Amino acid sequence: MANVTLRNVRKTYPGGFEAIKGIDFEVGDGQFCVLVGPSGCGKSTLLRMVAGLETITGGQIDIGGRVVNQVEPADRDIAMVFQNYALYPHMSVYNNMAYGLRNRGMAEPEIRKRVEEAARILELATMLDRKPRQLSGGQRQRVAMGRAIVRQPKVFLFDEPLSNLDAKLRIAMRVEIRKLQRRLSTTSIYVTHDQLEAMTLADTLVVMNGGVVEQIGNPLEIYQRPATTFVAAFIGAPPMNLMPLTSDELRSQLASDINASEAGILGIRPEDFVISSESIPGAIVLGLTVEAVEHVGAETFVYGTRQREEQGVAANPGELPPGEVIVRVPGATGPAIGQRIRAVAPREKLHLFTADGRRRVG
Amino acid sequence: MVEQEGIQRYVAHAILWFGIAIVAFPVYLAIVASTQENAVIANGQMSLLPGGHFLQTYYQTIFVGTSGSTREPVGTMLLNSLVMALLIAFGKIAISIISAYAIVYFRFPFRMAMFWLIFITLMLPVEVRIYPTYKIVADLHLLDSYAGLALPLIASATATLLFRQFFMTVPDELLEASRIDGAGPFRFFWDTLLPLSRTNMAALFVILFILGWNQYLWPLLITTRDDMQTIQIGIRKMITTTDALTEWPVVMATAVLAMLPPVFVVVVMQKLFVRGLVETEK
Repeated sequence: MANVTLRNVRKTYPGGFEAIKGIDFEVGDGQFCVLVGPSGCGKSTLLRMVAGLETITGGQIDIGGRVVNQVEPADRDIAMVFQNYALYPHMSVYNNMAYGLRNRGMAEPEIRKRVEEAARILELATMLDRKPRQLSGGQRQRVAMGRAIVRQPKVFLFDEPLSNLDAKLRIAMRVEIRKLQRRLSTTSIYVTHDQLEAMTLADTLVVMNGGVVEQIGNPLEIYQRPATTFVAAFIGAPPMNLMPLTSDELRSQLASDINASEAGILGIRPEDFVISSESIPGAIVLGLTVEAVEHVGAETFVYGTRQREEQGVAANPGELPPGEVIVRVPGATGPAIGQRIRAVAPREKLHLFTADGRRRVG
Repeated sequence: MVEQEGIQRYVAHAILWFGIAIVAFPVYLAIVASTQENAVIANGQMSLLPGGHFLQTYYQTIFVGTSGSTREPVGTMLLNSLVMALLIAFGKIAISIISAYAIVYFRFPFRMAMFWLIFITLMLPVEVRIYPTYKIVADLHLLDSYAGLALPLIASATATLLFRQFFMTVPDELLEASRIDGAGPFRFFWDTLLPLSRTNMAALFVILFILGWNQYLWPLLITTRDDMQTIQIGIRKMITTTDALTEWPVVMATAVLAMLPPVFVVVVMQKLFVRGLVETEK
């Protein structure tokens, strides 16, 4: 059991490309930390640096109180689950799990005990003699987990382990991974690009973008108080509506207690709107023309455009085109296409950011 | 597949049988000739049905050799050819898998230069570099030896390239998983890469064994002693006789014997071959 501490960690490739631009965070003992971000944000590189598969060009990585910058992957006391599982195709399930233990010179009875224990936990006991190609995707995934468990490492590293599974299995495995981690209480770092996976798994969520950390914190806290417009748009589906405060129409609606001088962008989550003709004091009211309606069953997403076209919000991933607003309505009844509606968002649900989107101001 | 009916099917079969006959007839003729008396063949009155001298001819061919000369029995030639072909096949696979491993998995100075150097040897088969190669082999006192027969043919790029291409398709994660599992370079090679290359090695073995078996020019140059000559050279020497009648039954028996090992290798390895194509490991 161990803490993992990253201090000003940097990665510059020989070509001069800076993949990781100085990252600091700490994962406490037994914590489940999720690194999330769009593809190319450096999250996998960072995980591979913790694993020792990529060299560290600056800063320090510390596992269980020991600086591991120069330590071989095998000696870092970590285990990794890969996206494509990386099972040895020619070895049986049993040997796949036993291989790392044999290389460490462990006695065969002890290996057998550990592998059988892991197989029992992961419900693989009847498949120990099979080859990986005779297993389904979910079973292979479990073998990869088993290979990590038998080592009883200080840290588990997961590199998008569920992205090769179909949607249903992914949810089931997500729950299993979380249960397993709780049970073993092994410090874990998990990389994903799926914000839902990140939200549901994490004790600590690290949102990354372009080689830097955008925000670190508890998932709900990040959801409720995103620090930048990037985080606001990335965490949550459908994404938060972000509107520039360039027009007087929006700015004049802001309550007087808000320090509006610094604010440049207003954010409102789709579920925080109410379609209503009443006016609530301090609330923001948007007049929308309904363009599209998505029925999901338990809820309905209404896509509307504002009367006046707005321009100028940076096109971050997951963000809406300027002028478009999503409103989430509970239940299966929504307005008709072409209808004009009033979407009202209460004062306490507003997120305000500076004009460059880098800082939250209210 | 288009279903064919009546006459069309017979025509198709006839064409196929005709093709088979063209390929198989000379082989059949060789077998038949090896069972006839030499005098009958020399007269030009050879029957198309097998004669009665099968055992006698093959016994003489394998254990005695042609009469009236100091030629070696074909048994020795078969052994020589077998040793040479096996040395070439195994040597080449061993050398190339190791060099491919170095080129794909290690970062060392002049790595690409090394690769191109190996690549360039593709353009220099033994026939092209025959004089310098002969000179080197002679200086090393390897004339009339198995090493001299096999070594110059072992060094070549084709197999290295094949293994390189194969290694490039092995996912990097396997190497990384091995590193995390505490396997060093040697263990990764032995425990993971070699087992994965099994079917590739089998395919290469078939190709290289036949290549080695059919060598003619190189053995002709460097073997002078009769007891070192390979079967391909032996056949040639049997046909050109200066003062006696060519012993055609023996020549034909030798040719048939020369065909058997490659056929055997192909038949035996074919199963591995096909399994390698059907099963996709990795």
